[in-house]
Order: sequence, then structure tokens, then C-alpha cells
Amino acid sequence: MKVPESIKTVFAAIRRQVTGAPLMSWLFGVLVAVALEYVVGYPLARALGLPKVPALFGLTLMLKQPLLIPSALLYTTIIYVLPVGLIAKFSDVLGNAIAARLLKLPFVVTVMVHLGMLYLVFHLWTGVSDYRLVTLKFMLIAILLTLSLNLINGYMGEFSCSHPGFMALGAYTASMFTIGLFTDNRLLGEAVFHSPLLGYALFPLMLLIGGAVASFGALIIAIPSFKTRGDYLAIISLAFLFIVKSLIENLEFMGGPRGLSGQPDWATLPMVFSITVAGVWIMNNFVTSTMGKGLNAVRDDESAAEAMTVDTRAVKMRCFLFGAFWAGVAGGLYAHVIRYISPADFGLTKLAEILAMVYFGGLNSIWGSIVGAVGISALSEVLRPLQMLKWLCIPLLLILVMIYRPRGLVSFKEFNLRKMLSPRRTKV
Amino acid sequence: MAMLEVTNMGHNFGGLRAVDEFNLSIDPGQVVGLIGPNGAGKTTIFNLISGIYCPTDGEVTFDGQNITGMRPNEIASLGLARTFQEMRLWRHMTVLDHIMMARYSKFTYGLIGAFFGTPKRIREEAEAKEMSYEYLKLFGVDQYADDYVTNLPYGAQRRVEMARALVTEPKVLFLDEPTVGMTPEELDDMIEVIRGVHERFSLAIFLIEHRLKVVRELCQQVKCLNFGQVLSEGTPEEVQDDPKVIEAYLGDTKAVV
Repeated sequence: MKVPESIKTVFAAIRRQVTGAPLMSWLFGVLVAVALEYVVGYPLARALGLPKVPALFGLTLMLKQPLLIPSALLYTTIIYVLPVGLIAKFSDVLGNAIAARLLKLPFVVTVMVHLGMLYLVFHLWTGVSDYRLVTLKFMLIAILLTLSLNLINGYMGEFSCSHPGFMALGAYTASMFTIGLFTDNRLLGEAVFHSPLLGYALFPLMLLIGGAVASFGALIIAIPSFKTRGDYLAIISLAFLFIVKSLIENLEFMGGPRGLSGQPDWATLPMVFSITVAGVWIMNNFVTSTMGKGLNAVRDDESAAEAMTVDTRAVKMRCFLFGAFWAGVAGGLYAHVIRYISPADFGLTKLAEILAMVYFGGLNSIWGSIVGAVGISALSEVLRPLQMLKWLCIPLLLILVMIYRPRGLVSFKEFNLRKMLSPRRTKV
Repeated sequence: MAMLEVTNMGHNFGGLRAVDEFNLSIDPGQVVGLIGPNGAGKTTIFNLISGIYCPTDGEVTFDGQNITGMRPNEIASLGLARTFQEMRLWRHMTVLDHIMMARYSKFTYGLIGAFFGTPKRIREEAEAKEMSYEYLKLFGVDQYADDYVTNLPYGAQRRVEMARALVTEPKVLFLDEPTVGMTPEELDDMIEVIRGVHERFSLAIFLIEHRLKVVRELCQQVKCLNFGQVLSEGTPEEVQDDPKVIEAYLGDTKAVV
């Protein structure tokens, strides 16, 4: 595909203007933009003739009502493009100075400052509409899911199909605790504890238990399927997914096929955000350690890995259980965002969605998982007005990605936090 | 008692007797060669001793410990390292990662260390990295440390593979055709490399080789294998002149003269 020369020049010019800006400046720019929207978004939208604040940068709106395209574009330019661009351009010196100063302190300070800014951006951005809030939470959960599946399918190179099953285990376990212990429920009886605050504080623990149950489920699959390599895991894990689903459908005390509702609203944005960050951090630590790189060795050549003292059976087992654990945690969060779960949520559709995110984003890459999860969830939200056509666009896109980037958009890319947060080299 | 002792080892692939009544004893610092025509069962013997296959009968003892039927990674951790004929490098890993990976069994930081990046992990990984660089320098491939192995020239890949095997700190090194596909110059280099590591680490080496030059220069003792059975053994010269060996390689003896 050839890009016209003029467009190339324009892009190059833009890039030249802003390459000096560190991530700090960008984040600050976005922060100003979302703050601006928080304050003047609604009146501006009215003035431009938009029905409400465009939720996803006006993209959905453009598809729904093509007549409003100019206003939506104008809105996005005024609120986002101009402030972010200008601040990134003019604060590069200051941003670089601050970033350099921060790096002199322990690295964790830099990370915390950036994360704090990112959270603030999310907080303000979602403060305008509840739709954004839910979409963002689902995106963050999708990151956890994608990354945990990428551990198994990308880093370890096996093909597991049971992720929705693990999610279901985590979701139901966590829900049983929260509903059973902290709320009055038709199915599970009266609350044992009447302090929602206590429940909220213990919520992460319940998610952990959900993750542990999912890990236990993974153990059942792992024992027979890791004796040898090959397609066994795919088949056994698919069977496991169906077993979990029909098991839950037949357990009346958990609501059976009608599902389980009334989860307390504890999956707040700070909760989802911090758990996702913790998950990404821990998984990134794991895959960058030599112990975690053992996964790549097992994938690329198992006999060689064994000959080099790598305990391949333990490596595979650990990775699978670890991936399942995070799927369980993500499932618990999912249940408390949507506040109603039924076995139908955790079927093949969900599996296809997670797999699409993994393969779209890129195998063997933390970045890829984030890109895949955010990309696919954003696309499926933005393209919602197309209705049935949406299910033509997304698969088509996936096919194109598979043709031109067979391993996904950003595969085999290490996640170098230090480089990302460092000040950019100043221009000559 | 010898360091590595193999007694009456045999193996069947279904109805095929791949290895029969194989005996071997290697003392510390000894270099033993294994030659034989293609399909004689040389690599099978490597796989049997290093644990990839489990011998149908016979016994393997290493350092006074019976290692028959142990898993390859356990045997490797005990100090028996090997290389592969087809190298078996990991395509998506850098050279440095290859060498560090071979330190796997020496890491003690455990899962907690892997998940949370504890100081213990940072220290152990730093030590392993330093050691890996030493080995890379020793084999003259340190300039490739951050490259993917698939981008390296063939000779360098061979060196990386050998460095990877040696960083496990073995007492015996098994080399499966280390000079396969090499030019005469690369071959001479490789002989020097093997001799160098043999002296530096006072290793025992068990070597499969087709090129008699390598065997003559390196080995004190040679075994010739055909159809899973030892045809002849002794010093390189003795084995080379043994009519049975010549027959196994070339068919009729008269034709050679």
C-alpha cells in the first residue's frame, strides 16, 4: 500500500514537532484535555449542536448520525487534539526536566507519579459519562484476560481454550462470597456481615480466592495434558470450558442457567485500575525473569530446554496455573462490574473475543496484549452503530492483521518501562 | 571408579534393537570419541545417557549415583551437559538469554522472586548475567549478546550453543557432531575451542564425530559403533586401521587399498 507523499510529509512534520516530548508531557496534555472536557464539555457540545458529550471521541456518533460529523470533529479537535498537541509541544523542556529529576529518585517514584496521572486522567474522563466508566472498566479487565491468555498461548506456545471457564470459576467464587456474606439474597440467604466497608476492604481477597479456584481448575487440566506436547491441551481445555459451563447451569443454588445477580458495586474504577496495574506488573515481572523466559525456551525447543537444566514440566504447569489465576481474578472483577452473571456469559463467544484480542495485539508481548485488549474492545464499542455489519468489520480486520502481521501488531516486544518513562533526548 | 559408567545399556524402538550391550566408562578429564556410519545409534546413545530416552535395559551411573530413568533436566543439573547435532537454539531469544537460561537450576529465588522482583532475584540475575558475559567473551561471541541467535553466522551459533552447555558447569560434556557443516577453517577453530574448554575446565568430553581429523586430534579413546553394537575400540589409530571399521564405512576392504 502506498501512502501519498503529501500525507507523509505532513505526518513527518507533526512528528518532528512533538518527538522531544516525554511521556510525562503527553500525560499532562491528556490530563488538561480531560479536565477541560470535565468543565466545559457539556456546554460546548450543546453549542456545537451535539445531543450530549461524545463518549468515544465522537466516533460512535459519526457512524450513527453522519450529519453531525463536522461538529463531532470540531469538538474532538477543540477538547483533545489542540490541548494535547500544544502541551506536548511546548512543555517538552519542562517535562524532560521533571522526568530527569524524578529518575534520580528511586524508580518506583517515577512509576507512581505516572500511574497517578494516568488514574486522574481516567477519573476525569469517566466522570462525564457512565457509559465511558463501564467501557473503561471492561477494557482494563480485558487487558488482564488478554495478558493472562498470552502467557499460555504466546509465551508458552500452547493453545488453551478454557479461559472463559477460568473466568467463570473466578466470577462465581467471588460472587458467592460477596453475595453470600455481605448482601441479602433470595438464593443465598441473609447477609452475614452488615458492613459494606468491610466487604469492600476484603473484596481483593475474595478476588484472590476466585483466582485460586480458577488455578485449581487449571491444575485438573494441566495434569493430563502436559505429559506431552501437541494439540491435547486445546482439546482438553475446550472440554473443560463446556464442563464448567454445564456444571454451573446445573447447580441450582448458584442460580443455574438463570444466573446470579445482585453483586455489590465494589468493582469501582480505583479497584479495577489498581488490580489491573498490579496484574500487569506481576505478569511483566514474571516474563522478564529467567524463570519466566523458561517459557520461551520450552516453546522454541523443549528438549534443548530440558538439556539446559530447565524443569520444563514445572515451567509449563506454573505458567498455566498462573494464567488461570489472573483469568479468575478478571472474572471476579467482571462479575462485579456487570453485576449479573450467567453461564451463557462464559461461552465460546467470550473465548473468541479473548483469542481475537491476543492474536490481534501480538503474541509474546505485554504491549501487544494491551494494544489488543484496548483495540478490540474500543473497536467493538465504536462500531456498535453498524449493528450486524460490526461482525463483518472486526473479523475482516483480524484477517488483514493475520495476513500482514501474522504474529499480531506488536509481537515479541519487551515492555521497557524505564525507557518509556525516561526523558527524551533533547533536539540538537 | 570412573565418573560416568554405562553398563550393558540397551534400547529397543519397537522391534528394532537400536542399541545393544553398550559399555562405557569415562574418567575425569578424559576425551572419548564415538564414531560410526549414519544410523548406527550414536545419537541414541547420547539421548539414552542424557535422559531424553529411558534405556530398556542396563544402567547408567554418574558420580556414583544411578541416573537411569531420571529426567533430562535433573541429569543436566548434576553436571552432564550436552549439545545437539542440529544445535536446537531458541529462535526468539537473544544470545544473552540463552546463556542465562542455562543457569536455570542455579536460581533459588522461586516464584515469589519471579512475581515481585525481590532483591534476591535482582542479585541472582545480576550474578548470572555477569557470569554469562564471561562465557560469551570466552567463546568470542560477546558482541552478539543482544542479538537473536537466528541472525548469527553459523560458526557463532555453534559457539553460543557450546557456551550455553558449559555455563551449566558440567563435569562431562557431550558433543554431538560439533563440526557438522563447517568449512576447513571453521573446523580448525572448533578443534581449538574444544581443546581450550577441555583444558580450562578440566572437563571430560564424550564426542560424536564423523571427521576423523577431529577425532585424531582430540580423543584419547575411540569407539566405533555400527547397528547399535560396538565394532571396535581403542586409540584413534587402532580404530582407524581396524578392518571391521573400514568395512562398516566403505563396504569391501579390498576396495580401499
